[in-house]
Amino acid sequence: MGVTKTIKAKPNVKIDEHHHDEHHDQSFITKYIFSEDHKVIAKQFLISGIFWAIIGGALSSLFRIQLGFPDMDLTALSPIIGNWLTPQGKIDPEVYLALITMHGTIMVFFVLTAGLSGTFSNFLIPLQIGARDMASGFLNMLSYWFFFLSSIVMFISIFVEGGPASGGWTIYPPLSALPQAVSGSGMGMTLWLFSMSLFIVSALLGSLNYITTIINLRTEGMTFFRMPLTIWAFFVTAILGVLSFPVLLSAALLLIMDRSFGTSFYLSDIYIAGEALSNQGGSAILFQHLFWFLGHPEVYIVILPSLGITSEIIATCSRKPIFGYRAMVYSIFGIGALSFVVWAHHMFISGMNPFLGSVFTILTLIIAVPSAIKAFNYIATLWRGNIIFTPAMLFSIGLVSFFISGGLTGLFLGNSVVDINLHDTYFVVAHFHIVMGSASFFGLFAGVYHWFPKMFGRMMNSTLGYIHFWVTFIGAYLVFFPLHYIGIAGYPRRYYSFTNFETGRIESFIDLNTFVSFAAILTFVAQFIFLFNFFYSIYRGRRASENPWKSNTLEWTTPVEPGHGNWPGKIPKVTRWPYDYSKPGSKDDYIPQHIPFSSTKDSNMPEDEHR
Amino acid sequence: MNILLGIILFLSLVAIFLFFRSTEILSVAKKKVSASFEDDTNSTNAIFGVVFLIISFVAIIWYSYDQFDNYFLPMASEHAPEIEVLFWTTTAITFTVFLLTQIVMFYFAYRYRFNKTRKAHFYPENHKLEIVWTVIPAIVLVSLIGWGLVKWNKIMGPPPEDAEVIEVVGYQFAWASRYPGPDNELGNANYKLIDVENIVGIDFSDSSSLDDFMPREIHIPKGRPVLFKIKARDVIHSVYLPYMRSQMNAVPGMPTQMWFVPSKTTAEMREETGNENFNFEIVCNKICGRAHFSMKHTVVVLEEWEYIKWKKSQKSWVEKNPDYYANFVKNNSSEFAILND
Repeated sequence: MGVTKTIKAKPNVKIDEHHHDEHHDQSFITKYIFSEDHKVIAKQFLISGIFWAIIGGALSSLFRIQLGFPDMDLTALSPIIGNWLTPQGKIDPEVYLALITMHGTIMVFFVLTAGLSGTFSNFLIPLQIGARDMASGFLNMLSYWFFFLSSIVMFISIFVEGGPASGGWTIYPPLSALPQAVSGSGMGMTLWLFSMSLFIVSALLGSLNYITTIINLRTEGMTFFRMPLTIWAFFVTAILGVLSFPVLLSAALLLIMDRSFGTSFYLSDIYIAGEALSNQGGSAILFQHLFWFLGHPEVYIVILPSLGITSEIIATCSRKPIFGYRAMVYSIFGIGALSFVVWAHHMFISGMNPFLGSVFTILTLIIAVPSAIKAFNYIATLWRGNIIFTPAMLFSIGLVSFFISGGLTGLFLGNSVVDINLHDTYFVVAHFHIVMGSASFFGLFAGVYHWFPKMFGRMMNSTLGYIHFWVTFIGAYLVFFPLHYIGIAGYPRRYYSFTNFETGRIESFIDLNTFVSFAAILTFVAQFIFLFNFFYSIYRGRRASENPWKSNTLEWTTPVEPGHGNWPGKIPKVTRWPYDYSKPGSKDDYIPQHIPFSSTKDSNMPEDEHR
Repeated sequence: MNILLGIILFLSLVAIFLFFRSTEILSVAKKKVSASFEDDTNSTNAIFGVVFLIISFVAIIWYSYDQFDNYFLPMASEHAPEIEVLFWTTTAITFTVFLLTQIVMFYFAYRYRFNKTRKAHFYPENHKLEIVWTVIPAIVLVSLIGWGLVKWNKIMGPPPEDAEVIEVVGYQFAWASRYPGPDNELGNANYKLIDVENIVGIDFSDSSSLDDFMPREIHIPKGRPVLFKIKARDVIHSVYLPYMRSQMNAVPGMPTQMWFVPSKTTAEMREETGNENFNFEIVCNKICGRAHFSMKHTVVVLEEWEYIKWKKSQKSWVEKNPDYYANFVKNNSSEFAILND
């Protein structure tokens, strides 16, 4: 972890008498590698997430080349992707499937789960609730290193004989269970399952820690309803993870048994490669139920932290309290609870009983209500604010824009009868790339721009941030919005090529697809502006002040570069909610959470008691 | 080529670097307290938002209008219009909400951009407002759900009894179909009987299988309910007929089904689209391996009288493969003996 080396050593941190984990004179290894400090672990997750995001993005550029420019000769790339090409210099059809599978796996799990939750839950929970560190620093360290192991296994799987897993990121058996069906279901799939098992261990260790820390280690005065919305979001995300990831583990274990030990959990009546298999009595649909029991909460595991981050940033940069704090909290809980009872909307046409489809349609569309409340509350927060467009704020507004446009298309797909025709078409691809892909990514970017000063003690360059935002925002819309049209025309996803495809007018489709590929690759390349800004600013950014955004939450009361234990002296006591921005009667337009009411007599209100 | 790419990469890095340094120095020169806070780019960003909004709305509306026929598929089953009415109602509702929310959001962002002389309005909550935007979406959603479920239950419900039954079997990477023949009853099949010739594993010890026939292309009659009995041999596939707005997965070990009433013949569609080579096709819509993208099967929709004529002209599988059948009888003589008792 090269970057973590740059953190200035703070050997003389005074440690509070209540704090027993004293680590004086740590060696390089305990400080930066096997660190138990939540801030270092957060940075480890962030850097790993960035690494994976580059890989995931590069893979998508490759398959967008295949889709947008199917005749292009890629021989020039052969030094990098040599044996993935056919002799004609085109991407092999099975490699194409492997590319989309790995792109999905990497982005959903390694970037938007580990990279997002791992970074910001770790970094912000202790800082914002006023704790010295996580409840268990050791488990927290284990969480990262299990993730690291899982990453290594997944990375190796890209290069094994037969290629990486290629059954789609949802790895439905029997395709993923039978190496005869597709070559990626050999060694590649074995490693995928092994890697994901390690990943789940990591996610569980992390989540348990987040929950425990939030419940037990809040500083004096930090009641639940004085917690910033970020913490609420991380809290519910962690609960979702604890409840749903074990189900994926069991799904994966059963699949491992079917693959390696001759069981028939998912397999029945199969004739493949000239041979009738002896497996009988299994159910391929069972896997889908188990997978989506994780898979759907996973969508919210990905988006909720981003919504939390956004809530915080929009309030701070509008210089206004978040509108409807309690409603926001309840809707996080509503979304969290409902996310467990909507999974089968991914399976309307899987062959399950249509009655089940009816039930899941009802439950699915209900989840739109708390989501709508959140979107409206964001907009109401902007109303009559005094808005400062930091790059973080722009990314947050971008997130709300994506959350609305992607969320609305959920009303099509969640309605079972409309889904009959849209299921597994590009419409679905458009929907989730906007609502969970782009929106979550924007939350991640917003968080990095916003908390960078607290992470590294320096500021990122805002002009590069603006350029990065506008190119990415416009780019993401240009990539994903056109996919709706392609989906309405009935184009199936996960197709290697559309030559001789009989639906729609193929010419306009080809034009649009080329356009999308062009936009996708451009947007991907533009991310290097961010990468440069990020890494260069770690060393050469302008020095930050303690509270550069004039924010209320506790992390901004720590020193510019908080040391081990976060606060050199006592942990501040919290007296108020975190959203006292522009309070009438107050001289400043912000009152941090630790300022007592006795010193703000001019601005106190009767309602303060309830906040 | 690689050298060129390298140079471009290097130059862009230098450009970003110079940009970084110059803007940093500029902001230091202007004595800003900290970068990106309360600076004069604020209005620029706010205006960009509005410009982006206007341009993208014009583009979306123009493109949707201009290209409508290229993306909206003609409807060729009786339930297709029912799905489409709901689809377009949902589109109207969501697009209106989309327009309004995005306009309001970017307008607020522009209108309330930072101004030193103003202070933000402290406005933490308004219960009435929140109830309004909880209840209104809830009502809209309930009506969409109710409407959807009525149609869903009809389309996915039990097929009419006089439906034409056709077995459709998916395998890597093609489709096969089997018709019940004159006795209107599909004979048994068993995956263990599958081989290179008997690709769906027909069990000939069941006498109702003897008149089953397997055409090269699926033929179905216009105006009559058609029931597909769907199976998969190896991995999950999906029977997707985009023009019929029909889709159902084919799952190994779990027979599924779907039914619909074709409303346009292939000939009528050829006329409507102006494409002489037009054909309805089953396209596989569940990732199934290497040749997933080319797993198609032609479906010919005929007028009913044509269909009856076509059906009469078909020879049963047994008739077409007498040697195979003779062998089968020989190898399974014990079962046949039981049947004849």
